[in-house]
Amino acid sequence: MVPLYALETRGITKRFGALIANDQIDLTVKPGEVLSLLGENGAGKTTLMNILYGLLRPDEGQILVGGRPVEFRSPRQAIDLGVGMVHQHFMLIPAFSVAENVVLGMRKKTGAVISRTRLRSSIREFSHRYNFDLDPDARVGDLPVGLQQRVEILKSLYRGAQILILDEPTAVLTPQETGDLFRVIRHLQGEGKSVIFISHKLNEVMEISQRVTVLRLGKVQGTVETSATSPAELAKMMIGRDLAAPSSPRTGGYTGPTLSLQGLTVRREGKEACSGISLDVWGGEVLGIAGVDGNGQNELVEAILGTAPVASGRVILDGRDITGKGPARAIDAGLALVPEDRQTRGLIMDFSIAENLILESHRAAPFRRGFFIDEAQVNRFAAGMIQTFDIRSGGGASAPASSLSGGNQQKVVLAREISREPKVLVVMKPTRGLDVGATEYVHRRLLEERAKGKAILLVSSELEEIKGLSDRIAVMHRGAVTGLVWPDVSEEDLGQLMTGAKTMLSALGPRGGGEQ
Amino acid sequence: MKARPHLDSVLAAARQLIIPSLAVLSAFVAGAVVVAAAGFNPVQTFAALLDGAFGSGINFTETLVKSTPYLFTGLGVAIAFRSRSFNIGAEGQFYMGALAVSWLGVAITGLPSFILIPLLLAAAFVAGGAYGAIPGYLKAKVGASEIVTTVMMNSIAVQIVSWIIKGPLQEPRHFYPETAEIVNAAKLPVLVPGTRLHLGLVIGLAMAVAAYILIFKTVLGFQIRAVGSGALAAEYAGINVRRNVVLAMAISGGLAGMGGAVELLGVTWKLYSNFSPGYGYSAIAVALLAKRNPLAVILTSLLFGALATGANNMQRAAEVPAMLASVMQALVIFFVLGYAVYEDRFARYWAERKPRDRGPHAAAAGKEAAGSNA
Ligand SMILES: Nc1ncnc2c1ncn2[C@@H]1O[C@H](COP(=O)(O)OP(=O)(O)OP(=O)(O)O)[C@@H](O)[C@H]1O
Ligand SMILES: [Mg+2]
Repeated sequence: MVPLYALETRGITKRFGALIANDQIDLTVKPGEVLSLLGENGAGKTTLMNILYGLLRPDEGQILVGGRPVEFRSPRQAIDLGVGMVHQHFMLIPAFSVAENVVLGMRKKTGAVISRTRLRSSIREFSHRYNFDLDPDARVGDLPVGLQQRVEILKSLYRGAQILILDEPTAVLTPQETGDLFRVIRHLQGEGKSVIFISHKLNEVMEISQRVTVLRLGKVQGTVETSATSPAELAKMMIGRDLAAPSSPRTGGYTGPTLSLQGLTVRREGKEACSGISLDVWGGEVLGIAGVDGNGQNELVEAILGTAPVASGRVILDGRDITGKGPARAIDAGLALVPEDRQTRGLIMDFSIAENLILESHRAAPFRRGFFIDEAQVNRFAAGMIQTFDIRSGGGASAPASSLSGGNQQKVVLAREISREPKVLVVMKPTRGLDVGATEYVHRRLLEERAKGKAILLVSSELEEIKGLSDRIAVMHRGAVTGLVWPDVSEEDLGQLMTGAKTMLSALGPRGGGEQ
Repeated sequence: MKARPHLDSVLAAARQLIIPSLAVLSAFVAGAVVVAAAGFNPVQTFAALLDGAFGSGINFTETLVKSTPYLFTGLGVAIAFRSRSFNIGAEGQFYMGALAVSWLGVAITGLPSFILIPLLLAAAFVAGGAYGAIPGYLKAKVGASEIVTTVMMNSIAVQIVSWIIKGPLQEPRHFYPETAEIVNAAKLPVLVPGTRLHLGLVIGLAMAVAAYILIFKTVLGFQIRAVGSGALAAEYAGINVRRNVVLAMAISGGLAGMGGAVELLGVTWKLYSNFSPGYGYSAIAVALLAKRNPLAVILTSLLFGALATGANNMQRAAEVPAMLASVMQALVIFFVLGYAVYEDRFARYWAERKPRDRGPHAAAAGKEAAGSNA
């Protein structure tokens, strides 16, 4: 007899101190189904999934796998019962090979010694079955993120997962890689496996899933058939109001250029990561940098910050030459940066929210008083930021950043950087991991900063975001700028610029402002 | 309800003590097995140990005297750890501080104590600090592992000392391999007449408080912690990682150096070889057991001081070789490191149990306590 549900929860409740992260959650997943889980940042999605995967234990409630009640005490027990999970933040060992990562921590089935040849061939076989294209001997640290994710998926499948939990898998993927992932998901579905898919991108949810369960403030808001709903309805269920269309207050005019990159060449490990890049970002404009990840965007940003070795060229910020002078000088000159990797570059995870909020500004008044840090000032400031940016923390400003949900971690970084009132704001994938409401808010804040005359450099692989916010778009391919275009550029042109199939330098300065 | 947050923060602090206490307890249990295996009565042995450490006023002051060098070196190591620098070199820095005052404490005459002693302590801080800053600089500049360089510098320090006590600074009669006795004005005043308890303990306690303030309340401490907990994020925020590593190592070495000075000015009055029975090495365990918290170092250094003092009595009263006390110390270190591995798991288990065990009402206050504790 095939049970009706592959997985079911009844009345799952989980508290972290006073905060109820999961409140009487009933959830069902059918065999062969893709169920999407939607919810605002901090709604409790990851918490619920961690419970299903045996990483957390619920305070109340029951989990049923294949109709039978189960109690997980560890991920090992979950995986034994066929529940696998790929985390929001990967749990791979970069120095190990693909094969080693796959078997790492597995209970020995083959005796004490794992035969390497057997292992390799069986992993190759698995990888072939799902079109994974993974080399078992490749070092995981050398793989691009999309492939690392496949290693994670492979890890679960290899252990016999029937129900696969994917926590925001697409947040780190390029559109292309997302397409690949969806093919894998459909393949799994074809084998009768179930997938729980978490994403903040409504179009993805609409595309891949059969049903959507929406969480709000730890409670189930409702479950709908995907075919019978719309992105707008889902957004409304999720945030409890209609989503406003991003308005773009027009600026008074352009000033500057505030940030000027002049023939910037960055060499790293003998390779030219950026080749002679010249770009001007004007006060009052958003310059978007589009391109497939890994085409020199990171190095460009690091060169501006002063942490990447600049072989030639100059970085001028507000008239000051900050080339190679290091982050402190760049920050003093008026640079703010939201890095892509929030957990190692944006935040100190052991530090409290308050401490993270003053990571740069602790050096000056009002937070600094002589040798000391003025805690009263810090706490007042942190409380204000938590309010303004709607950072949802169960433990207030003194809770460590590690206790925040992914999206709320991102808000801490954004709050810190925007509140510093910089002259130039460099933001990389600013809405990665943010829910639709928070995304809307961040976009609005960025446009407000533009209206205040800030120069904004927006690096993103999401074309919708780039086209929606930018005054001009620069396209990078293999470390060079292949395009400088207006946001009304056609998708087709953009695609060709991103693959280096052509060059097109038309938008040399902001419209009607570049002549002064 | 008002008392709750307070009570809970006390509970949270108490929870911090569980693992270290377990480590110490386990060390004693394992030690008992060793003692029994060696053919001695464990109960008698430990009774003698306790009696030797705390049994009388005089014994207790001896314990405090013994604790003082552990206090300084432990503080030093704790501060370096905060910047994720593993200063294994407290031993060498301790010797350098002692060396500085063994020379200046003889050479400078005619100054009153209240000027001379601070001057000597400052000199020892500088000597130990410089000796710590060198490996710090090598780490920051060329990435040399401070674990390796500090260990090497320990050997160098020991060699320098054994040369100097037979060479340039040997006592005037050139008979013993030791330095001349420091001038009277340089000797630390005794706190309780008839005992050896000297002002060094008070200085050490003041340093513990100062170190706590430095780490948790100052800009420098903020940066040192940032560099230790997330070097990349700190760098992105414009914090000078190298500078802070060097500074943390310098302060660390300075405190260890001061420890050497205090031991010399307060207890031995001169420098000789084996001046330190490994204070700088035990300091690593003292700091780890205290979880790098300067105030907790006060307690853990007391434990190590008590072990050292009690061991002597153990030897006399129970005729157990004092070597067994060294075994005890080693066991404490072993268990501290061992339990540290399980600490996270334990903490998680605790965090998850708590709301359920104590009901929903207590949960709110518990959260606050956990937050302020982080
Ligand atoms: N270990 C923890 N200690 C305290 N609070 C926690 C802990 N883990 C999660 N929380 C809190 O529980 C709530 C739910 O977090 P969770 O990570 O499940 O959110 P999420 O829905 O996955 O959000 P996001 O979309 O941002 O990833 C958040 O308010 C978070 O701060
Ligand atoms: Mg999450």
